[in-house]
Order: sequence, then C-alpha cells, then structure tokens
Amino acid sequence: MIALLIRDLRLAMRAGGGFGLGLAFFLLVAVLVPLGVGPEGSTLAKIAPGILWVGALLACLLSLDRIFALDFEDGSLDLLATAPMPLEGVVAVKAFAHWLVTGLPLTLVAPVLGLLLNLPGAGYGWLVASLALGTPALSVIGAFGAALTVGLKRGGLLLSLLVLPLYVPTLIFGAEVVKRGAEGQAVSTPLLLLAGITAGAAALLPFASAAAIRVNLR
Amino acid sequence: MELRVTNLACARGGLTVLEGVSFTLRPGHALVLRGPNGIGKTTALRTLCGLQPALAGEVSVPPESMAYAAHADGLKATLTVTENLAFWAAVYGTDLVEDALQRMNLDALRDRMAANLSAGQKRRLGLARLLVTGRPIWVLDEPTVSLDAASVALFAGVIRAHLAAGGMALIATHIDLGLDEAEILDLGPFKARSPRDGGPASAFDEAFT
Repeated sequence: MIALLIRDLRLAMRAGGGFGLGLAFFLLVAVLVPLGVGPEGSTLAKIAPGILWVGALLACLLSLDRIFALDFEDGSLDLLATAPMPLEGVVAVKAFAHWLVTGLPLTLVAPVLGLLLNLPGAGYGWLVASLALGTPALSVIGAFGAALTVGLKRGGLLLSLLVLPLYVPTLIFGAEVVKRGAEGQAVSTPLLLLAGITAGAAALLPFASAAAIRVNLR
Repeated sequence: MELRVTNLACARGGLTVLEGVSFTLRPGHALVLRGPNGIGKTTALRTLCGLQPALAGEVSVPPESMAYAAHADGLKATLTVTENLAFWAAVYGTDLVEDALQRMNLDALRDRMAANLSAGQKRRLGLARLLVTGRPIWVLDEPTVSLDAASVALFAGVIRAHLAAGGMALIATHIDLGLDEAEILDLGPFKARSPRDGGPASAFDEAFT
C-alpha cells in the first residue's frame, strides 16, 4: 500500500506527472477573476469564498482522469487487480495520493489567493479549514468518476460531467463555511456537514470505485 | 498443489468463446495454449487470474497463486528499471529485485528510465516482474512478443528454472519456447458452440465461426 502511495507521488513529481498543474490553474483563476470583475474591494470580498472554492474544485477536476487512465493504458491496472492487495485499498491509496498532489497544495496556497481577492481577515482560517476538510471528498468522488470511465477513450469530458454534479454539496457547504467565517457568523453547521460528506465519501466510495473498475477490466 | 481446471467456460464482450475447457497442471510442468487468433486464449488466461468471472466450471487454485503477464508490461515510463521492479517487489512483499535484474539480463540498464528502453528491453523488464512476485503459477500471454532469439532463449531458461523449482507455467504462445516439460493444449475443440448446435443462447458470434 505504502509502495503504491510512494510510486504515485513519485510519478506525479517526475516529468509529465502533472504536479503543479492544478495549482497553477487555481492561481490563474484567482488572478483572472479580479481582472474580470474589477478591482472594487467590497465586490471582491463578497465573491471571494465562492471563487476560491470553485477554483479549487475545477483545479481538482483537471487531474482526475489521470488517476486510473494511465494505469489502465499501460496495463498496470490489470496487474494491480491481480496483486495481493484489495482493489478497494488500491482505490483509496490512489485517491489519497491525488489529494496529496492537488488538494493539499491548493489548501496551502489558498490564503495567498484570498489576499488577491480581498477576503476579509476573519475568513482565512476558515478557508484553510474548509478546504482541508472538503478537498479529500473531491479526490475520493473524483476517483469514483475516474473508475467509472476508466475503459473509455476520451473519458475525460464524460468524467467531468459525471463528477461535477456530485461536487455540488461539497461546494455549497465549503463556500458557506468561508462566507460565514468571513462575516463572523457561526460556522459549525456547514463545517460539520462538510466533514460528514468527506467522511461518508471516503468510507463508501472506494468500494463503489473498486466494483466499477472490476467491471471495466472484464 | 496442482492446478485443475474443470469445464471452464468464459466470455469476451458478453459472448461465450470457450466452454468445457479442462486440464490438469502439475508442479514442475508447463502447459502451452494454442489456437487461432480469437479463439479465447487471452480470455481464458484472464479468467483464471480472476480478472473476469468464469461463466461455468471450476478452478482448483485461487487467483492469488498466479502471476499474470499480459500483453502490456505495466511499466511506468518515468521510473527507472530498478524503481519499476522495486515497486512490484514491495507490493508482493519480496526482496528479489537484484536476482530478477541479473536473471533477465537487465543489470546494465538498472538506472535507465523505462521510457528509454527498447521494445525488447521493456518486455524483459515486464517479464522480470514475474520473478519478484514469488508466486508459483505463471500465467503468460504471448511472453515472447518483441523479444529477439537470444532473449527468448534467456526467458525459456528462466521458465525452466521456475519449473525445476516446483513452479508451473501456463503459456499462450505461437512460438516454440523449446520447453521439453511443456504439454500442448489446443483450444480449438473447446470453441463455444453456436445456439443451433446446442450451445448457450448467448454463445454465437459470426466472428468465431
């Protein structure tokens, strides 16, 4: 299991691995929005939570199709499926590796981008907290979508269409945490719901993903 | 432990291609599967490895005893030869990487990226993975594709050593590997019958007549 995690991280860091792609995309979104909306501080502060969450979500989406498609193409997915580890574990580890490579860096740079978007001072902590709690769900749900589309040529677009609706609850509650946090209101309800979605997705979806992969490998 | 397959039926793309496949493989022996393209050699091997469910029949040995080598080698282009092998060794919990590198004549290439290997060298690396699995039954699907004569002989030697150590090998190949221990099983007679001849309703596909 750990060997698989290390391999996936190493592959992501090497040439063409895609590490930093999501991060650069997130950065660009956060820079482009003020250019489009205008530099007015109060407007930006109002839309900052939503923009940051949508940006993080789309950045996560960018690298989803790589989770299983590359392993499928070069035959390693067949070999992993016959290896002495449960396919559910393989899925969970690969989703975790995806989070380490995309979700975690996004969470860490988000405060800097919050500054660009004039996020009110009280919101920074909640921005990091909500992303840290919510982005694992994005990776796990995304891995499920990737598992469903793994055998398809050009499955990337279909993957986006499948996964984006499933991201809606995470987006709503994640952005709500930041918005309420920035306005100084109580955040515990959306924060708990966000954590609940992540916990539920992480507990259930690896099984569904493994089942989808088994069907796709036939 | 022997591998006993009884009345195995398997399907590709929802159509039955083989039925009634039965054979027994004893330790130290190899079985070469023969048959024209499309007869279902790969399908049979994937079914035995547990990658797809069998429609009918019994296999006496669980897929956990088998090491599968498919058409694709499962190599990562941006990892070195050693890293590729070390990953599989870690997955299977063995420390046979050095041994495998030596025996598949990959020692000189150990630090090279898999992307920079020739097709034959990649194949040798893909086959070296079998050595680090430590599993007794090797299931090989066209293992000699893109290997030169010397490499085929090298790999035949590796199989022979595996058999001598009590292992088994199930090989789908069109090339004669020169294995005296190998029996040959022609899959032709096991081709699924069309519904007209009493086969299951889903069995018929004009491609296989």
